[in-house]
Formats: sequence, C-alpha cells, structure tokens
Amino acid sequence: MTARPFEARSMGTALDRVDGREKVTGRATYAVEHDADLDEAPLHAWLVTSTTASGRVLRVDAAEALAHPHVVTVLDHTNAPRLADTEDRELAVLQDDRIGFRGQIVAVVLAETSEAAREGARLVRVHQEAADASVSLDGAETYAPEEANGGFEAATDQGDFDAAWAAAPVQLEQTYSTPLEFNNPMEPHAATALWRDGSLTLWDSTQAVHGVASTLAPMLGISQDRVRVQAPYIGGGFGSKGLPHGPEMAVALAARWADGRPVKLAVTRQQMFGLTGYRTRTVSHLRIGAEPDGRITALEHAAVGQSSAVKEFVEQTAVPARMMYAASSLRTSHRVAALDVAVPSWMRAPGEMPGMFALEVAMDDLAEATGIDPIELRERNEPEVDPETGNPYNNRRLVECLHRGADLFGWQDRPAEPRATLDGDWWVGTGVASATYPASFAPGNTARIIALDGGRYEVSIGAVDLGTGSRTVLLQIAADALGVDPEAIDLALADTDLPMATVAGGSSGTSSWGTAIAQTAQQFRADHGEHPDPGVETTTTTDGYPSTDHALHSFGAVFAEARVHRLTGEVRVPRLLGVYSVGRVINPMTARSQLLGGLTMGLSAALFEDAYQDPRFGHVVTQDLASYHVAAHADVRDLQVEWLDDVDELATPMGSRGIGEIGIVGTSAAILNAASHATGVRVRDLPATPDVFSS
Amino acid sequence: MRELTYEVPATAEEAVAKVTGDEQARFLGGGTNLVDHLKLGVSTPKVLVDISRLPFDAVEQTDDGLRIGTNVRNSDLAAHPLVRSGWPGLSRALLAGASGQLRNQATTGGNLLQRTRCVYFQDITTPCNKREPGSGCSAIEGYGRHNALLGTSEACVATHPSDMAVALVALNATVVVLGPDGERRIPVADLHTLPGHHPEVETTLAHGELITHVELPVTTLAKRSTYYKARDRASYAFALVSAAAALSIEDGVVADVALAWGGVAHKPWRASRAEEALRGQPLEESAIASAVDEELRDAVTGPDNDYKRALLRGVTTAALSRLAPTEVSR
Repeated sequence: MTARPFEARSMGTALDRVDGREKVTGRATYAVEHDADLDEAPLHAWLVTSTTASGRVLRVDAAEALAHPHVVTVLDHTNAPRLADTEDRELAVLQDDRIGFRGQIVAVVLAETSEAAREGARLVRVHQEAADASVSLDGAETYAPEEANGGFEAATDQGDFDAAWAAAPVQLEQTYSTPLEFNNPMEPHAATALWRDGSLTLWDSTQAVHGVASTLAPMLGISQDRVRVQAPYIGGGFGSKGLPHGPEMAVALAARWADGRPVKLAVTRQQMFGLTGYRTRTVSHLRIGAEPDGRITALEHAAVGQSSAVKEFVEQTAVPARMMYAASSLRTSHRVAALDVAVPSWMRAPGEMPGMFALEVAMDDLAEATGIDPIELRERNEPEVDPETGNPYNNRRLVECLHRGADLFGWQDRPAEPRATLDGDWWVGTGVASATYPASFAPGNTARIIALDGGRYEVSIGAVDLGTGSRTVLLQIAADALGVDPEAIDLALADTDLPMATVAGGSSGTSSWGTAIAQTAQQFRADHGEHPDPGVETTTTTDGYPSTDHALHSFGAVFAEARVHRLTGEVRVPRLLGVYSVGRVINPMTARSQLLGGLTMGLSAALFEDAYQDPRFGHVVTQDLASYHVAAHADVRDLQVEWLDDVDELATPMGSRGIGEIGIVGTSAAILNAASHATGVRVRDLPATPDVFSS
Repeated sequence: MRELTYEVPATAEEAVAKVTGDEQARFLGGGTNLVDHLKLGVSTPKVLVDISRLPFDAVEQTDDGLRIGTNVRNSDLAAHPLVRSGWPGLSRALLAGASGQLRNQATTGGNLLQRTRCVYFQDITTPCNKREPGSGCSAIEGYGRHNALLGTSEACVATHPSDMAVALVALNATVVVLGPDGERRIPVADLHTLPGHHPEVETTLAHGELITHVELPVTTLAKRSTYYKARDRASYAFALVSAAAALSIEDGVVADVALAWGGVAHKPWRASRAEEALRGQPLEESAIASAVDEELRDAVTGPDNDYKRALLRGVTTAALSRLAPTEVSR
C-alpha cells in the first residue's frame, strides 16, 4: 500500500524536544562518549596528515613515536589492514603511498591516552616526495562533468538562448562567486570503533547510519550485517556527516588492527578543514536578457567549481536557475577543475545556496538596470508552470511570501534609490531575495511498528536526529498516524539494527522517514486493527509517495536590513525576516529553530565565512574558528521567521515538505542586496567584509 | 602534546628562579593562549610554572594612579569602577577583546604576552621565522589580510593581537617586572619589540623575568579616552585594525591627544607622528586623515592588507569623534 494523508493532532503543535533535557544537562552521549558501553578501556587514535599536496609517501618513521611510553602502534600504508576495495580514494585510507592533497591521512597513531596519541603524531616523521600540484581554481583547466551532485544533468539548453540574448533590449552579464566554505558543526567528526569476531561496531557522528555501513562494509570486505553503526546523538553536521569520510575508515582500520579492543578517534578542528568535506568555491557567470518591463527572455547560468582529483564532487550551482523564473530561453551548465585538494562534499543546501546567491543578486542587478522594484520584478517573472519540465506547480506561493514579507518588513517605506539613508555614521539599506528548495523524497525507507502492553507502540526506523529535532517530529508523526498520543510511542532511531533509513540530508529526512512511518502505521491498523495484541508487528518499505506530475518545491522570501559604517565599512545586519511556504509545519518550535538557524548561516556566509586555501601549500590555513569566522551571538540581531498556513498532501501524507535547507537559501543575497542599497556599492562576491566598503 | 611538569611556586621569587634557571620552562597565567600552543605543538616547554595563584590579583589606587596585579582577570579589570571612570579607553579595549569566557580566564600579564594569531605561526606544518627562526615567513606572500604594515621586516609581518595593550600604550602605562636581580619598570610602549631579524624575540623581557604589575598614571587626558576596533564580526574577532585614543580640546583646537593602533605592527603602535600633526589643529575629518597618512608615511602594504590604510583613517576618525565635545566636521 501507499501512505494516505492523515489527520493532524500532534502535528502542528510545539511538542518539547524529547531529548532536550539530556542535551542541556550533558547526559546525551556523543560519538566518543560511549565508554559505558565498552568492556575494555579504549585506545586513542590520532591522525597524521600529509604536508605536501601531491606526491607519495616515501617512508613513515615512527621510531620516536613508538619510543613514547604510552604509544601502542603507528599504522601507515605499509602495515595497516588491507581493504577489499580501494576505488574510492577518499575512503581508501592507508592503502598505498599516493598523496592526493595536503592534509590527507598518512598515518594513525594509537596510544593509551588521547594526549599520548597526539604527542605520538607530533613525533612521527613522514618522508614525502612532492610532485607538482594544481591547487587553485583560478586559471585551472576545467571539464564538463557527466552530472552534478544530486544526479542532476550537468547542462541544459531550452529554446534558443543565443538568439534571445542577442535580441534582448536589456542585457545583464555579471559574475558572482562564493568562497570555500566549511560546515563546522559544533561536534567535530568522531567515532568509537570496536572490531570483534569479524564484525565492526561503530558509534559514529553521522547523518546516515545505514549509509556508513553500506559504504564501509564492502570496502572492508565483510557483509553489511557485520557492520553495526549507531549515532544516538550528533552535535550537528550541516551535510559534512552525510557521507562517510576518511576518519571513519581510519578508525575502522585501527579497530581492525586492535582486534577486540575499542578505539576512539576525534578529529581536530584543524583537521576538519582537510578531511571532512566542504563547499567548493563557485563562480557563476550569468547572462540575463530582458524586456524593458523586466520580463526575462533569456537566462544563462554557467557555473564553475572546484573538485578534487581524488574524488569528483560537482556542486549543482546552476540547477535552481532551471525552475526559478519564467524564461523562454534557458541555458545552464557546470564545469569543474579536478585539483590536488581535499574532497568537497555536501554543505548547507548544496547547489541552492551558491546558485540562488548568484541568481538573486543578479535579480537585484536587473531591478536596478530596469528601474523596477525588486519584488515587482520577481512577480513579473513568475512562471505559470515549471520552466524545466512544463509540469504544473503544486503550491508555488513565492509571490504570497514576498507580499507577506513586504508587509511585515515595511518594504513600502523603502527609498527606491541606493545610498539614500545615513543614520549617524551608518548607511542603511534593505534588500530582498527569493528562496527555494525542492520537496525532496528518498524512497526505500522502512519502518517497523510493534504493539506493546497497555496500548503502547514501539516504532523503529534507522534514521538519525543530527540535532534538528527529528526524534521529536517523528514521534508526532507516528502518534498521529497511529491515532494515539505521543506519550504512547517508544521511538527507536539511529541504529543499523533498526530498519533501513536514508540520510538526514537535502531536507529529505522528515518527508521520507515520516512517510515510511505513516505507511507502516496505516498498514499496521489494516493488519491488526485498533486494539492489537501485544507483540504483533508490521514492517513496510516505501517506494514513493504518490506519483505526481506536479513540480514540488518550497519557496520563501528573505528580507534584510544592512547597516554599513561610513568610516570603517563594517557591516551589521539588525533585521532579517524570512517568510516561507513549506507545507505543513509539523512542530512550530523545531521548525522555527531550523529556519532561524538557516538565516543565521546565510548571514554568516554573507559577511564572514571565507576559507583561505594557500596556493603554495594547497591546504586551508584559516583552519580554526578564530580565523574562519562564523556568526557570533552579537551578529545575530532581530531574526523573524513566519510561514504561510500550508498543507501539501501531494508532497507527503503529513502535508509537509522538508525545512532544513531553505533557511540559508537566498539569505546571503538579501543581505548583500541590502548592503548595496545602503551604500550604492554592488558586491557580487561573498563574503562582504569591511575592506570591501572602506575606501 | 609533549609531557611536561607542572609546578606551583609559593612566591614570585621562587617562580622567577625556576624559570630563569631553565630554558625549557615557561610561566603559565590564564592559559588561554599557551594551552592552545601546547596542543598544537607551537610551544613545547618541559616545565610550566603556574603563577596564577600568586597574590597579584588586586587593583589598587596609588598616589600616582592605579596599580594592577598581573593576575587580575581581564573581565574584572574591565568592570573595575576606577578603571571605568579614570581610564575608560582601557575598559573598552578589554571588553572589545575575545569573549566573555576568555576574559574571565585571561590575566593582565598574560594578555600583554599573548602571541600573534598569524595563521602560519600557529600551523607547525608551514615555515615561520617566529616559531622556527630561519625557516622563512609564509605570511608575506600568503594569507595577508591581517599582516602588519608598520615596522615590518623581511623576516616577519605578524601583528600583536592584544586590544588591552594598545590602550595601555596610549595611556602611558608601565609594567613592573621582577627578575633575579630585583624589580625594574618598563613603559608598555617599550615592552614589545619590532621583528627585525629576530621575530622570535617579542619583548624586552629576559627569560624568567615576571610581570608582576601594570601601573597606570592618573591624567586628565586619560579620563577622555576610548577604543575603537574594526573587525569582521561584531564580537569575538581580532582587530583588523583598532585605535586607542585620548583627547583634549581647548579653544576649538586639539590641546592634547594620545593615539595608539592595534593590528598594524608587531607591537602596539604609538602613533606619535599623527599626534604631533593633530596638536594645535581644529579636529576635522580631513585633518585626522592627513595625520593618519603622516603616520603611515613608511608603511609597507601588499594587495591583501592595503585596505588597512583607509581603515586606519576610519577607526581613528571614529575614535576621536567619540571623544570630541562637538561634532567633527566632515
């Protein structure tokens, strides 16, 4: 059966986070805090990384390290356990002498204490042969990839762009860029691993326990049922824990070596700038041809990004341009350079974040060029149907979001001309941008429901709550789908011993897992009725939810006020407002946190986040939170979010769509548009730091 | 981290003796900088001599001003009523530094002796003349946004990171230092050195000399003092550049002015030339800009830190405007 929509009782209410108390009292156990589950004191692992960007390891001299009284062993490519499959070079840790980027794992020190392991790592001498390395996107050779992240076509071409562009009375041609950005969750990547009797148990900090098991098992040469992964609590991931990275394999190999004795590994903040994924630099070349009334006739988004020679990753930067605005001629493309650098991966709305930054600043450029109000301009380019597929939209409420936001924000009082308001020493301006994110749905999720005594139910799914509130929201979905109170549910998550679940990423989690739970609950009632005998159970797997030809996306409008100091160029954002259409909001409290967090990340990207990759060395040298800035408390001022009253039962039986990603989308553009309105200085490259404005 | 011994001396004399006699020994104050360096391998002492329990934890009023114990925490010093009324620029500088938690932990002497946050200094996989003399400077041709522009050398372009020290230089503070041969006094302006050929040398203190107090002279000028710090984010960031200023205006012209800059050099930079240029002038933005340019006559910048010239005009104007009795004309 396929799930059906069901009545919302707990859904839509602000149920307290069920794990809130554990977290704020420090009782929640994170990845290296599972000593109580271990029957032996763990070894501590420390990673030794390469100091050349390309070349090979000649010799790892561990003599000094091994002389340390508490160092147990040093693993390198000559003595580490062998993998059965080494095709994935990011994960094939310590399997050969090749160095693909600076910061790659070249040895692992195991010691009795964390301090000794770290000192051991300092004492290891890695003799390396350096080869020529290409580490900078500027001037690098690029290629057209087969596809972009998410399985999107790398290039599309509709209508006759060249003719439409040539004929356009208004032509806008500009380049927009975003820098290397790092996810930086509060909890660094970490794991405890135990190899015993040919099986691996991993307490991991991951967004996908099943994903880690299904990736690691074949590489380790064991069947997937011999890998158990648990992730009860995760201190954030923002995409960087969506896929397993080198450190997880390193600790698995160390545990295999230690055979029977557990091993703990916590990656340092500095190592996270080389080993755990990041957003590539993106350079977007946009050409927009328009009528004098602002209607777009030709749109081209050509995106260039950085990939790694070790493993391809293509940020899908140009994908949102395919569906955002009506343009009869529409061309998009992606090119990447395969550099000798760390492997990029998912970070905070891959594709939509940099792509909508470019497109939404370009829309502001177009508004300026045509003299049309930015909101009016977006309205005039609202498509009737999805420009890419020709399919009708369900629930495309972008214009309503823009109007509601304009009312709340006081947009009507905005001076049309830039550089019109000086308040004391501060130039003041406002800006707007659209936001969008697809209603992602991952098939193949399985849920199990067992009747317990006393009218209670155990609901199980191997999904993880990476800190977003999934544990709470899934409880509400399960309760409503079964027609009981949330207190009657025991929810089990985050363990590969539980039924298969897909990654907590791409705003797909709640939609996909929730649908599996709903479908299972409905099947359970069909199988066992309203008063089931304790012990009866039902397990189902989702294929999809209902097949529809509609284009399903969430939308939003972000409004920002920016103040730029006339003497120092310092930029502050006193007000940010996001109005969203995201389907039914299942828990207003956790949803609000997600959207506020997204706005904060967009603020952070707009003004601060910028990793400097040294072209001589090849690694990021701004590799801590003192030199890689994210927004601090004092930067986050008046943040408001609101959502439209919405139910989208074409997207999920809950009527909801995902909300994790959309908050960051468009936010950086709104802020830079506001800074441009304040100062009259157009900034098209993130971040907008004081030096951009002080001159 | 390297294994080390940790010692708690009973007296300042004992502390000085322990460190003086051992090249591998270091004083430990609040630990907010040194402990990071132990973990990163930037600093590898064999002995830590913890001076944080020595009784230098009071702010005392003296005949000439204020005497601040080296162990007074940054947060306590910033909040002290005498500091706030007599040397408000110092209070503002302290509050502009680090975060609430760090200010609770960091000490007065430790703040003065904290080390540059140059990313290459803190990354032991890259050359750095300060960390490893003779290995080369990675910052000159590398990540240059925070590089110094005054008093630099071919060996080093690092900046001193302290906010507090900039204010102390503008306010003519002195450090009291205990060494094996007794006590001596050094103006804070002469405490830190320029890099020259030896960026590994950062102060005029001999190994084992211990800062026990900071003395602040009472002046009327200090009462009209402030601190303006330009930074990327609104808090918890090192200065791009900063200005500590004190100002007195009489008959519409600058009667006296003290000006020091942070984020521009290997030491807190007393902008004496700019001061001289401003004295006797009406306080106008154009005059301030000229005075800043005069101070920057010998500045050396690259593409990444050239913005600091304009930013120094900005922060100096912002700081002095805050102190001016009437609006500064543009």
